Amino acid sequence: MADISLIHYLMVAAILFTLGAVGIFLNRKNVITILMCIELMLLAVNINLAAFSSYHGHITGQIFAMFILTVAAAEAAIGLAILVVYFRNRGSIAVEDINMMKG
Amino acid sequence: MDLLNIQPATAEIFMALVALGLVLASAFIQPEAIAAKFVRRVTVATMLLAMWMCYHNGFMPSYAFNGQFFTSPFMVYMKVLILLGAVGILLMAKREFQGESIDRPELPLLILLSVLGMMLMVSANDLIVLYMGLELQSLPLYVIAAIRRESVRSSEAGLKYFLLGALSSGLLLYGASLLYGFTGHTSYDGIKLALENGIHPGAVIGMVFMISGLAFKISAAPFHMWTPDVYEGSPTIVTAFFAVVPKLAAMALFIRFTHGVLGDAVDSWQQVIVIIAILSMFIGAGGAIMQTDIKRLMAYSSIAHMGYALVGIASGISSGVSAVMVYMVIYVISSIGVFALILSLKRDGRAVTKIEDMAGMSRSHPVYALAMMVLMFSMAGIPPLGGFFGKWYVFSAAIASGQVALAVVGVLASVIGAFYYIRIVKVMYVDDETQPIDQDIPRSNTLIALTSAIMMTGLVFGLSFLRETVQATVPFVVFVAG
Repeated sequence: MADISLIHYLMVAAILFTLGAVGIFLNRKNVITILMCIELMLLAVNINLAAFSSYHGHITGQIFAMFILTVAAAEAAIGLAILVVYFRNRGSIAVEDINMMKG
Repeated sequence: MDLLNIQPATAEIFMALVALGLVLASAFIQPEAIAAKFVRRVTVATMLLAMWMCYHNGFMPSYAFNGQFFTSPFMVYMKVLILLGAVGILLMAKREFQGESIDRPELPLLILLSVLGMMLMVSANDLIVLYMGLELQSLPLYVIAAIRRESVRSSEAGLKYFLLGALSSGLLLYGASLLYGFTGHTSYDGIKLALENGIHPGAVIGMVFMISGLAFKISAAPFHMWTPDVYEGSPTIVTAFFAVVPKLAAMALFIRFTHGVLGDAVDSWQQVIVIIAILSMFIGAGGAIMQTDIKRLMAYSSIAHMGYALVGIASGISSGVSAVMVYMVIYVISSIGVFALILSLKRDGRAVTKIEDMAGMSRSHPVYALAMMVLMFSMAGIPPLGGFFGKWYVFSAAIASGQVALAVVGVLASVIGAFYYIRIVKVMYVDDETQPIDQDIPRSNTLIALTSAIMMTGLVFGLSFLRETVQATVPFVVFVAG
């Protein structure tokens, strides 16, 4: 277990972040999935910050992570609210239906 | 650094308190129309007062909140511009609110909160404050894009803006986490000092991620996909706000981040910004040619303008920074003028936004057409109007830093861009009127548009004054207390 170092945490975070980013662009079905992918990206950032914070031996990174968690909650609330408004108008939240405007 | 010294942040604290008070007031005042009027007036008054506070308290370079908040003449300049832009938009909004069934107290209140976020963003001296300011700016913007709840287009605009905005925040945060990790600091001063002692490759990746996230916020290509749809779908008054105010704040942050924090690592970010600038200029110019909707056209136009402004940042020298600041003033003044004109484009009381609707306006609305012509020529960069000097300064900064190719590419793009601006003038002056546009144009909008057109015409005379003012603030971009 002593072998797990900073680089491993960074790699996990990088993989999660990439999964989130790829998920946003490959997902063709549902907007809720995109919201989950965004959340995944933010959590990857939090892993990064916590790992760096413990590596440097000061608490700044963990405080930053707390702020990110709080803002992410607010962001998700606003996103879901907009999604509800959109569903009322359009009757669908499929990604392929978000196409009223193009050009 | 005294923790209790909050004087530099007086304006922000004042705005936050007023915003909280207005949330309560708008819940208690009935009926809604009166609440809307009250909130709009208080918001304008608050912004004017905050402008005075910024001007009064901000000039001495000083820190607040344990060095996390920084104010200097550069910040004062940017904040006053942001507040002026927001006040201009709110003044135009009076008639608009009633006409478009968005006469609710939420709109001015959210604009106030968003402007507060922008001011924090400009003054941030720490990655955490930067992130909080950025989100306080973005979250209200997502909501006001979807403010017309019953419209599919407006809610779709809000949804698209939210999804891509959240993605860009993710990119920016990932960059911030790497930058923090590889320098060991979240404060700008700490990062700057750490980068002076050598740049870790991980920190460079962090920089690139952060620049990508910021490029989203100023809608620079290749991160511009949301811009045309959001501009088209949102109510026009909201589009006008999007086109002017958040651009200013994000550009101020861009300047502060690249030239301030990363000022010693120019080689690491210069190429990235050059690529973003070239792509924005060409995608902005090329995308606008085929557009039939004037709001979509303005979206592509703003992408191109951000490209030109980034040319100044890409130069990596201080005369580039002052060129960007001059460019942004000109962009803001002419955009407010153009949107004042677009807002008054109505047929039988309903807003129209197609370019062909403007046909023959030189005969039915001569003053309107003249103001639009001046502003379009200015945006196209035709001398001796204001827009020409903005472009002149950024391109000469690029040449001064040895990037002649970038300047040549920029001039080529602006030649392509001139085509679609001139097409609008052609539609107004040559084409025959099909259906008449309403004669009744709100007086405040005409006044704002004419002021902006006159300023663009007369800018030649105020140019040296503007340039000197701007140059005096530039040293404070990179100011770090020793």
